[in-house]
Amino acid sequence: MVSGHDPSLASAEPDPEQITAVPVRHPGRWLAAAIVLVLAVTIAHSVATNPNFEWGLVGHFLFDSRILAGVRVTIELTICAQLLGVVLGMLVAVMRLSPNPLVSSASWLYIWFFRGTPVLVQLLFWYNIGALYHAFSFGIPFGPQFVHVGANNLITPFLTVVLALGLNEGAYMAEVVRAGIISVDDGQTEAALSLGMTRLQALRRIVLPQAMRVIIPPTGNETISMLKTTSLASVVAYVELLEATSNISSVNFRPIPLLIVASIWYLVVTSILYVGQYYLERHYARGAARELPPTPLQRLRRGVLSIAHDPIATAPDPLARPHG
Amino acid sequence: MMAEPMVKAEAVHKRFGRLEVLRGVSLEVARGEVMCVIGPSGSGKSTFLRCINHLEKIDNGRLWVDGDLVGYRQHGTKLYELRDAEVATRRAEIGMVFQRFNLFPHKTALENVIEAPCIVRSVGRKEAVALAESLLDRVGLADKLASYPAQLSGGQQQRVAIARALAMNPKLMLFDEPTSALDPELVGDVLDVMRGLANDGMTMVVVTHEIGFAREVADQLVFMDEGVIVEAGDPHEVLANPQHGRTRAFLSKVL
Repeated sequence: MVSGHDPSLASAEPDPEQITAVPVRHPGRWLAAAIVLVLAVTIAHSVATNPNFEWGLVGHFLFDSRILAGVRVTIELTICAQLLGVVLGMLVAVMRLSPNPLVSSASWLYIWFFRGTPVLVQLLFWYNIGALYHAFSFGIPFGPQFVHVGANNLITPFLTVVLALGLNEGAYMAEVVRAGIISVDDGQTEAALSLGMTRLQALRRIVLPQAMRVIIPPTGNETISMLKTTSLASVVAYVELLEATSNISSVNFRPIPLLIVASIWYLVVTSILYVGQYYLERHYARGAARELPPTPLQRLRRGVLSIAHDPIATAPDPLARPHG
Repeated sequence: MMAEPMVKAEAVHKRFGRLEVLRGVSLEVARGEVMCVIGPSGSGKSTFLRCINHLEKIDNGRLWVDGDLVGYRQHGTKLYELRDAEVATRRAEIGMVFQRFNLFPHKTALENVIEAPCIVRSVGRKEAVALAESLLDRVGLADKLASYPAQLSGGQQQRVAIARALAMNPKLMLFDEPTSALDPELVGDVLDVMRGLANDGMTMVVVTHEIGFAREVADQLVFMDEGVIVEAGDPHEVLANPQHGRTRAFLSKVL
């Protein structure tokens, strides 16, 4: 190109200030949106008008005291079993990374066994523990025993389910925690050791808090999965949410509306877990992101502000990062 | 009689599998002395530095810091390896600064500096914060106390790392290529802090590629290649009049 000294060329070319960029159009998106909308309306219409769903019964039983008691038990089971799983997982993960070959093989064996057998089979084993061991004694191995308890007195139905689900969960959580620990740069441990920390101090103060960023999303996943796995307790006739609904439907012969009731409650609790996970992730994002992701409240406030003011002025500058 | 050296190495060997990285390194660093170690990459200089605070275990030879064997206790002809807690106690007295800074990203600059005094030495938080503030002020970062490492430039991060090491009041400071990961215009600030430390009488072992810094600050310059010390002595002597062909070849590339 010749430079713009020639007046005839300058008049042919538009003023550079007036040239604007036009984003690419997406007609496919509109088409897809239309198809999805039609499908959604069809499904919604069918669900609303099909009398077999019996929405009236759903509303009637949604806050039934037996159902609410079941929801409570389901939540208790989820919390206890997942807590047991997390604690065991941390322990087994640290053991797995131990330089002691006996300790690391023991944890490998644990993971191998509990991941390798169906959780339902494990639950049935614990349910039948009385047939395996009639009683438990506590004391010195092969020495004097101090306490002697019958198996069925020691292991209550609640404990059966918590032990079965928690021990199984521990194996999965161990792998989640291990992934988190090895995701932290070795330089972090070295820096901590060079400051005079012991290996345990370095792990607890420096490595684990950073590993949490990697550990929490799959742990949220595991917790939601645990919430639904507690429904297996109905197999051993333990009355949690699913068993509570099927107890009712076995009397009134209306399984569908009661399954809907159960589903609604599972969805409600899952949604609450989502919120908890969001704030946990936000807490452990300190230092990793320059600015913490906003809470929904902050996002709302910012949205209102950006409508009131010039949006460009309120947006954070993406180039504000210093260079090193 | 001469005072005991701060660091003494005697025929130190280190192998990684079949690769022998250190092949008999012997040297002495006197108290208050600054030793700079130069050499091509893979010459074993960083490995040697990491042996001094037992981040790497040596395979043969002996290594002392302030008269204590590093990582072992000697009884007769046997060396007994120290337990984790004993190694940690010794390490607490040796500061180390890394090429990649290795600041704790989930802690602010201030929290990075108070972490070790609070956890390792059980210093009260108030006292630790006062110490950290004065150290961060000394490295020119009094206005960055609440910043996370990701919000700091590389040069600022490295100065926080130096303050973090100094917070343990070390008797010896190890620097592992402290300016190699920095943009050229940020190197000066870090070298200024190190120069200040040297002037205050800190004993320092510095693995570096900054020949100018070595010439100006070092009391002793060591040139390493292929796991051995090729040449050592007064930096002006070694740099102006290298005796060895390998030293000459290396210096002709970096000067």
